[in-house]
Amino acid sequence: MPNDNEVKPAGMMNFLALSNDSTVKTFIMATLVCLVCAVFVSVSAVMLKPLQQLNKELDKKKNILQVAGLYQEGDDIEAAFSKIDIKLVDLETGEYSIELNAETYDERRAAKDPALNVQIDKASDLAGIRMRPKLMPVYQVKEGDVVKQIILPVNGYGLWSTLYGFLAIESDGQTIVGLSFYEHAETPGLGGEVDNPKWKGLWSGKKIYEANGEVGIDVIKGSVIPGSANEAFEVDGLAGATLTSRGVGNMLKYWMGVEGYEKYLKKIQTNGV
Amino acid sequence: MDKETKKIILDPLVDNNPIGLQVLGVCSALAVTTNLGTALVMSLALTSVVAFSNLSISMIRNHIPSAIRIIVQMTIIASLVIVVDQVLKAYVYDLSKQLSVFVGLIITNCIVMGRAEAFAMKNPPGLSFLDGLGNGLGYALVLMIVGTCRELFGSGKLFGVEILSTVNDGGWYVPNGLMLLPPSAFFIIGLMIWGIRAWRPAQVEAAEFKIKEVNGTEAV
Repeated sequence: MPNDNEVKPAGMMNFLALSNDSTVKTFIMATLVCLVCAVFVSVSAVMLKPLQQLNKELDKKKNILQVAGLYQEGDDIEAAFSKIDIKLVDLETGEYSIELNAETYDERRAAKDPALNVQIDKASDLAGIRMRPKLMPVYQVKEGDVVKQIILPVNGYGLWSTLYGFLAIESDGQTIVGLSFYEHAETPGLGGEVDNPKWKGLWSGKKIYEANGEVGIDVIKGSVIPGSANEAFEVDGLAGATLTSRGVGNMLKYWMGVEGYEKYLKKIQTNGV
Repeated sequence: MDKETKKIILDPLVDNNPIGLQVLGVCSALAVTTNLGTALVMSLALTSVVAFSNLSISMIRNHIPSAIRIIVQMTIIASLVIVVDQVLKAYVYDLSKQLSVFVGLIITNCIVMGRAEAFAMKNPPGLSFLDGLGNGLGYALVLMIVGTCRELFGSGKLFGVEILSTVNDGGWYVPNGLMLLPPSAFFIIGLMIWGIRAWRPAQVEAAEFKIKEVNGTEAV
């Protein structure tokens, strides 16, 4: 950047000697400032990109591990993640798909890609997400050769933001292990309490499908009455966060429903993983 | 450190606090003070942006055409903010996720432009840098105080460490939900300004008009 104490080449001097308010100098200064700033921003963005990418991936893996209950603060994420198999599921048929590489598949990018996504009807768009990918990754947590848990990515609209998270279920395709969100912008202290470990603990052991095959799981307003008929399918709503709670409930209704993982989960229920 | 430099750095802490006296930058003080971690990162981010924007603007201050001076300042500030945001995303990913959009909104923080316009346009780079640093610290001080009140009374924690065990987690403390909402920061900042002005009456602005006393003998 030009500095009045510096020695400048002759050509530069001429332009600097111009009156500050001359049109020529105004244009030159505007161009120079933009150029310098643009270079500065681009260089830092490009240089920091690999680190940011790594952070994002680690964060996602950490969340998957957390929802499966496999992560303690300070664990080696990559090592813990090696127990997990990633597979792609075609939601249309509920079958595994090998069209694309599951390791590098990004469901959030796919949701925006016209070649890979499906527009959701307004009427059936319970989750408020407008489109979803055709293929979704499922993360299978293995112990030896036996699949113990299946972790499914879910997303849906709360009050202010789309919540992105993971639902971990047991290999019976019916019992919930946990639900955890890795990205949302709900009100801290109210809707933001979806991150409260105590509330997340309520999900463990809940059932997804009722005896007639319908999606039963829901977040209700107030507290679940112990011993009531729906106890196994209901989770307490968050106090002071009706809309966020409803959003979470609707999100699960959508993703566990026929447009979501239902076909896949029903297959697991009958045939095993 | 000579007297003048010291004054430039220390003045904005209490005597000329950007939030306390100038009442600038209140918007972000409301948004990011629900917990101390985000308040601290926001303070650091803002301090570095003000300091470096002051420095670079001061370096070219004699060649900025007055017609486009605000745009030039904004361009420099915006670039610095983007870079700070990128650095946060690369090195403190978790916190940058919590701050989300607010780092980007430093661009609109009145303190940054206020200092560029009021100080950096008229003073040499070294002093401008210190002025930016001082004002950033003044902002940080207020944020930390507000953040402490809000996190402690709103969620019973400080820096995420439990101090008062809340009812939600099976303790005794009923958290004050208002503390987690933006208005509480207004109240706390208001009370702080009241406190500072009671302590330093010089900061009290002159009344804009005087209420005339009527003593009954005058014709109404």
